[in-house]
Amino acid sequence: MSRSLEKIGQQLVSAAAVLFGLYVVAIIYMAGEFMLALVCLAVLAFGVFVYTSSRAYSYRYLFPGLLATLVFVVFPIVYTFAISFTNYSSRHLLSFERATQYFLDQTYMIEGGQSYDFTLHRDGHAFRVRLEDEQGEVFVSPPLAPYKGPIIVDANSPDAGDAALAEPVDTKVLISYLPNLKLVSFRLPNGHLLSVTGLRQYGAVSKLYKENADGSLTNQQDNSVLTPNMNTGFFETSSGEQLTPGYTTQVGWSQYTKIFSDESFSQPFFRIFMWTVIFAGLTVLFAFSVGIVLAVLMEWEALRGRAFYQTMFFIPYTVPAFISILIFKGLFNQNTGEINQILEMLFGLHPSWFSTPILAKSMLLIVNTWLGFPYMMVVSMGLIKAIPPDLYEASAIAGAGPLTNFFRITLPLIVKPIMPLLIASFAFNFNNVMLIILLTGGRPDFLDTKVPAGTTDLLVSFTYRIAFEDSGANFGLAAAISTILFLMVTVLSLINMRLTKVNAQEAR
Amino acid sequence: MAVVLDKSHRWRVVLAHIAIIGFICLIMFPFLMIFSISIRPGNFATGSIIPQYISMEHWALAFGFSYQGTDGTLMEPQFPVLLWLWNSVKVALLSALIGVVLSTTSAYAFARMKFMFKKSMMNGLLLIQMFPTVLALVAIYTIFDRIGSYIPWLGIESHGGLVLAYTGGIAVHIWTIKGYFETIPVEIEEAAKVDGATAFQAFRYVILPVIVPILMVVFLLAFISGINEYPVASIMLKSTDNLTLAVGVKNYLYPQKYLWGDFAAAAILSGLPITVVFLFAQKWMISGLTAGGVKG
Repeated sequence: MSRSLEKIGQQLVSAAAVLFGLYVVAIIYMAGEFMLALVCLAVLAFGVFVYTSSRAYSYRYLFPGLLATLVFVVFPIVYTFAISFTNYSSRHLLSFERATQYFLDQTYMIEGGQSYDFTLHRDGHAFRVRLEDEQGEVFVSPPLAPYKGPIIVDANSPDAGDAALAEPVDTKVLISYLPNLKLVSFRLPNGHLLSVTGLRQYGAVSKLYKENADGSLTNQQDNSVLTPNMNTGFFETSSGEQLTPGYTTQVGWSQYTKIFSDESFSQPFFRIFMWTVIFAGLTVLFAFSVGIVLAVLMEWEALRGRAFYQTMFFIPYTVPAFISILIFKGLFNQNTGEINQILEMLFGLHPSWFSTPILAKSMLLIVNTWLGFPYMMVVSMGLIKAIPPDLYEASAIAGAGPLTNFFRITLPLIVKPIMPLLIASFAFNFNNVMLIILLTGGRPDFLDTKVPAGTTDLLVSFTYRIAFEDSGANFGLAAAISTILFLMVTVLSLINMRLTKVNAQEAR
Repeated sequence: MAVVLDKSHRWRVVLAHIAIIGFICLIMFPFLMIFSISIRPGNFATGSIIPQYISMEHWALAFGFSYQGTDGTLMEPQFPVLLWLWNSVKVALLSALIGVVLSTTSAYAFARMKFMFKKSMMNGLLLIQMFPTVLALVAIYTIFDRIGSYIPWLGIESHGGLVLAYTGGIAVHIWTIKGYFETIPVEIEEAAKVDGATAFQAFRYVILPVIVPILMVVFLLAFISGINEYPVASIMLKSTDNLTLAVGVKNYLYPQKYLWGDFAAAAILSGLPITVVFLFAQKWMISGLTAGGVKG
């Protein structure tokens, strides 16, 4: 009895879930996102299939994880590729439809048209507008709540039986509601359209543009024609002048050709690429060198208190990186920083860490080695433990010193298994945007570039600055560079997977 | 080791101790400094490195109290540090929870079941988990911007959106949990099935209790990476009260308004609990780190 009840309960819940899914799809469809609605519907249908068909039993377990991976990881990657083929940026933010709508919403004052004095009157929580033209004819609007979007409201002559309006609000209140009033147009009984033209005045206006069948817009005032240019992403006049706002269009490979053939982009791009490789390579080298030396020490049995030392060495890894990076930022500060105080005291030096490129680069490497060596130490320790101790006994009998042990036994034996980790660490630091943005922000900047680019920028912080710190917000270009980075990471990862597989086979 | 230890060996041990202690002093230097700065009066006090006066002003401000200076001026806290910490914890907890819930069953399927495209899916997953989220920042921003115009609490400038964006770490979780499933003998489930349990019951009542430790580890890893995440949070959150700690604390160090002392106190106050959690989880973390890397 209770089992069948449970089953009915389960079915009810599933039905409710499916209904809710359909409801969401309907909302998305109503919002005009046809493709997205279709994709959601497909996912929903697949979900229903998976959870009802016994043939797809394993997929019931897979479904949540796979769906999340597709939505949150794969889709953003694919979408990045898609954006890299558009001119999406702050000058081309709107879709074509919304840009067209923007122009169609523009109005102009009819010349020689009537102007209307207006007053605003409270009516409960709403407001009514009273308009009076130059001949003294009066029109009154229905009560208006503060609307959010543009709206057209009919205003009529008041009937004799209407309740009298309240006293007009004072200027201060009027000003506070002006932004709302700007969105409201009134239609008079004679069909004239009125918009706010001054603090106390409405004027007769008319729509500035009319849409033609081919998508071009005709200016009602001077009969000039705006044609949408799908290559530039702007509406253009017949003389070729571009009107803002522009819209997003497909531009093919032009972002990529820009990166590789336009001098003002390719120059900084390759300089930054070189520094990115050097930065990631040296970081891995330094962190690994420090890490393995400490690991060897930590595995030296004659040394007491190793557990304590190990904890101390691990601390830089446990402090949130965004805090330690900022601590270093303050300590390295040119004028008030404690590091320069000490250097001044001891050697009389006063290096300008943030404005000299080579010093800024050294600072990044110092900080990143500090952040990274504990991880290298921990993984090296694990690998050193796996080296058979009789190797060291044999070398001790042969009279070898610690240096010989290190270079002839320890290092050669752990280089291979640690290689995949080093490559992964290289790939991580290749894209270490947090360190750069928080410590130097990529500065000091190159002086000869169109987009902001700095001597300490990595490719990934370069894209971050193009997209989110530059006022041009060139998302298309940033997405193109990101796509190139995706390819590089893929190559690194494939090499890594290959090496790991070889290692695993040899271990068997 | 039965090797005779000579005198030079003893010297080497002493030397190693000295070198290690020296190195520890070097790497601890930033933390000692930041502590001394946090109890030193003023934001620009240059001069001595060991403070001559001790002042609690920065600590009071970090806890959100206003502070009456010795010259009578009243200092108000500039930034809501504790609120930022709470925002961070909230977002990280939720995203870690969602991540674990979504990845557990998939990891089980990958470890135990046979199905079409299993091999290629696993390779794909392995490749995907190596892609850093920062590379998709533009897409993430655009997606959440558009979602936000229909569902404001999932858009830009919302914690809900940030939680969803962090769910992208799920590929790594699936991989880690799958590795743990493979260490559990299949016989456990088979015995349960012989006793009449359905496949799902075997998973729910027999396997799930066994894998709680790895779920804790994954939860903790996801929590810590959520707290430490900077790039995505920095593009999604803008208004002061909404920020997570990672995005917020850097506001102390703008060149125009350089609050070095206040930063020091805020950094310790907010960083210490996270560090303690991390240290507490250290053992698990280390085994997780090495296992994930070496097994691949």
